[in-house]
Amino acid sequence: MEENKNKPERKNQERRNFIKSGFAAAGLALTAAGLGKVLSGKEDSDTGEKINVLTTDGKVMEVDSGHIRKSETCCVSPSEARTGIPGKKWVMVIDLSRCKHALKCQHACQKYHHLSGMNVWLKVFRMQDAENTAPYWMPKPCMHCDKPPCVKVCPVSATYKRSDGIVLVDNQRCIGCRFCMAACPYSTRSFNWEEPQLLHETSGATYSPETGFPQKKGTVEKCDFCPDLLRQGKLPHCVTACPNGVFYMGDLNDDTVTNGDETVRFSQLMKDKSGYRLNDIIGTEPSVYYLPPVDRLFPFKDPVKEANIGKEE
Amino acid sequence: MEEVKKISETEAIQMLHQYNDDLLPKEFGIIGKTWTILLLIIFLTGIYCYTNQLREGLAITGMRDFVFWGIYISNFVFFVAISLVGSLMTAVLYLMNISWRAPLTRIAEIIAVAAIIFAGLIIIVDMGRPDRVVNMFLHGRIQSPIIWDVMVVSTYMTLSILLLYFPLLPGISFCRDRLTDIPNWQRRMYTILSLGWNNSPEQYRIVKRAVTILSVMIIPVALCIHTVTSWLFASTYRPGWDSTNFGAYFVSGAFLVGCGGVAAGMYLLRRFYSSYEKYLTDDHFDKVGKLLVLLAVVYAYFSINEYLIPAYKMKGEEGHHLTELFTGYYAPMFWSVQFFGMILPIAILLFKKGRKPLPMFVMAVLVIVCAWFKRYLIVIPSMSFMPLQELPEEWKHYTPTFPEWAITCGSLAGALLIITFFVRFFPIISVWEIAEERGIPSGTIFKHLNKNNEK
Ligand code: SF4
Repeated sequence: MEENKNKPERKNQERRNFIKSGFAAAGLALTAAGLGKVLSGKEDSDTGEKINVLTTDGKVMEVDSGHIRKSETCCVSPSEARTGIPGKKWVMVIDLSRCKHALKCQHACQKYHHLSGMNVWLKVFRMQDAENTAPYWMPKPCMHCDKPPCVKVCPVSATYKRSDGIVLVDNQRCIGCRFCMAACPYSTRSFNWEEPQLLHETSGATYSPETGFPQKKGTVEKCDFCPDLLRQGKLPHCVTACPNGVFYMGDLNDDTVTNGDETVRFSQLMKDKSGYRLNDIIGTEPSVYYLPPVDRLFPFKDPVKEANIGKEE
Repeated sequence: MEEVKKISETEAIQMLHQYNDDLLPKEFGIIGKTWTILLLIIFLTGIYCYTNQLREGLAITGMRDFVFWGIYISNFVFFVAISLVGSLMTAVLYLMNISWRAPLTRIAEIIAVAAIIFAGLIIIVDMGRPDRVVNMFLHGRIQSPIIWDVMVVSTYMTLSILLLYFPLLPGISFCRDRLTDIPNWQRRMYTILSLGWNNSPEQYRIVKRAVTILSVMIIPVALCIHTVTSWLFASTYRPGWDSTNFGAYFVSGAFLVGCGGVAAGMYLLRRFYSSYEKYLTDDHFDKVGKLLVLLAVVYAYFSINEYLIPAYKMKGEEGHHLTELFTGYYAPMFWSVQFFGMILPIAILLFKKGRKPLPMFVMAVLVIVCAWFKRYLIVIPSMSFMPLQELPEEWKHYTPTFPEWAITCGSLAGALLIITFFVRFFPIISVWEIAEERGIPSGTIFKHLNKNNEK
C-alpha cells in the first residue's frame, strides 16, 4: 500500500481504489469498476443508480451502483491470502497429447495478470527427451509443490504454502534475495529487475498476493493458479483460454478436475492416461500432473524451425 | 627460544625501545597517499553507481531471470572466504602455540575485519529490496540458510573486531602517549579507543584471557560462516551446487586465499616501511610459504573430490555443467584458475628460493586473483542448464555491466581502504606480542611500558 502514494493520477485512482464500508452497503467491503472489470473480464453497465461510498483516504464519493462489486470477487489482503480456500486441495492436469503450441494460455495469463516486460509465468517448451525420441510441446506453470523448495529457503516467509496447496508470493514482504529462484528446480520464478510498467488500470489497484498486481520492483513473482478466480468458483485463465482443453483444474478432495468442457474423475484420468509429475524423482511432490503425449490430436510442428527453413530457401 | 630467554633487563629495555620506534604508525609518503586517493576514487565510483542501482533497480546489472546471481554473490563468497584467515592466523596458530605468528596476527585480523564488513555490505547490494532488510528480523525464518548466514556472519564480525581490538589496546594507549605532533582529533580518538588503558599487569592478564576465550570461540564460528555460505548453494538442486562436499571445499579454499592475503600484506608492508624488515623476516615468508603449500594441497584434494567423481559419472545436467567448465564456454577461465591459483603456487613454493619475499608476493597475488575468479566459476555456470527457450537472446549469457563491475570494485577498494587507514593510524605489528615472542619476560614489558606512560 505504501507504494500507492506517489502515483500521478489521483482522481482516477480514487475510483479504482479498494473502497471500504460504503454508506449504502454498510459493513460490506466494496470495490469499484476498474478492478471488477479486470477480474471478470466483463464490461460494467451503468444502472443509473448512484451510491455513496467512502474511499480508503476517507473521502465520500458517488459512484454508479453497477460499478460496485463485493470485495470477495476482488482482493484478499496479504495476511488473509496466507490461509487457503477452506476444504480445497487444488491440482492441475496438463494433457500433452492435446497441446499444439497455440499459446492462448500464455497470452491470457500475460493479459489478465498484467505482466509487463519480459516476465512470463506460463512457458510452453519444445521438449525432446533424447535424440531419437519424438518432440512435443510442454506448458509449464508453477508446480505448486507439496514440498516446495522455494518456501523452504525463503528467509522472510514472503513465499508460502497454503492449506489448499497453492504456493504464493507476497511482494510486499519479499526482500529480493532470489534464493527461491535458485532453489526452484523448475525455474518457474521471475524477478522484477526494473520498475514494472504498470498498465493504467492496475497502477492504483490494491495489492493482493492472490492477484499479484501491482508488481513491484525488486521482488519475485510467478504463476499463482489464479486463486482470486478459484475463490469465485471460476477456472484459471489458462484453463479457459486453451482452445484444445489441455488444462484441467480441480480439487483433489473432490477427485474431480475440469477443463471447462468436460469434468472427469482425477483418479480415473490418472489411471487411464498414465499421469505423471515432472521430475518427481527429486521429491518436491508437484500439484501439477502431466498426461503423456500419446495419441496426439495434432502433428508436431515447430514454428521456429519452419520459419528458419523458409529463410534458408 | 633457549638463548633468547637469557636476555638481561637492560638489553630487554633497549630492545623494547627499538620496537617502539620501529612500529609506531607513520605518516604516508607519496606512494601511500596516491594509493589512498586511488582507492577512494574507486570506492566513490562504486557508491555513485549504487545510488543509480537504488533508483533503477537491479536492471542496471547484467543479471536476468536466467542468471539471477552474478558477481555480487561471487564477490560476497570471496569476502567471506578471505575473512577466514583471521581465525586461522590468530586463533589456530595461537592455540597451537606457534611463535612466529606474532607479527602476522594483526595483519590477518584486519584483513578479516575489513572483508567481513564488506561481505555484509555487498550482500545488501545484491538484494532487490534493500529497504526491507528489517524484514529479516521481523519475519525471519530459522529454516532458511540465509538467516543462518546472517547469524554467523554477524557473530563472526563481532568476534573478529574484538579479537583485533583487545590485543590492540596497549598499542592504542602507546600511540596516545607517545605520538607527539598529531592533530587533536587523532589524539582524542586514541584516548577514547584506549579505554583508559594504563599497562597494569592486571589489564594484560584480562586481555590475554579474553584473547584465549575469543580464539577458542572464533574457530567454530569461522568454520560456520563459510560452511553456511556454501550451503546457500548446496541446499539447492542445481548442478555444480548440489554437492555434499561443498562445506569442506569452501573452507579449504578460504584458508588458502586468506593465507595468500596475509603473504601479500606482509610483502607490501615490508616494502613500504623499511623498519618492518626486522619483524617480517625472510624466515616468516618461508614459514607462511610452507603453510600456503599445505593449504593449497588440501584445497587440491577437495577440488579433485568436487570435480573428478561427478565427471566420472557425467550425470545428465551435471555432465553438461562439467563439460561447459572443462571444454566449453568457461574452460579457459576454469583451467587458468586451477593452474595459476593452485598448481603453480604449489610448484614454486615447494622450493626454498620460491619462498623468498618477491616470488611469494607474486604467488600470493595469483592465489588471490584466481580465488576471486574461482568464486565466479562456482556461482555463475550453475545457472545455465535449464531449457534455453522462450528467453530473449541477451538473457542467455551473463556479462557483468559497467556499474556492476564498478560497485564490485568499489567494495574491494572499500575493504582495502579500511586496511590502509588501519595501517596509517594503528600499529600493525603488536609490540608486546613481538616482545613476548622474542622472550622478554612480561614483567619487564609492563614495567617498561608503564614508565613510558609516566613520562
Ligand atoms: S526473493 Fe523474495 S520470495 Fe524469494 S526467497 Fe527471497 S524473500 Fe523469499
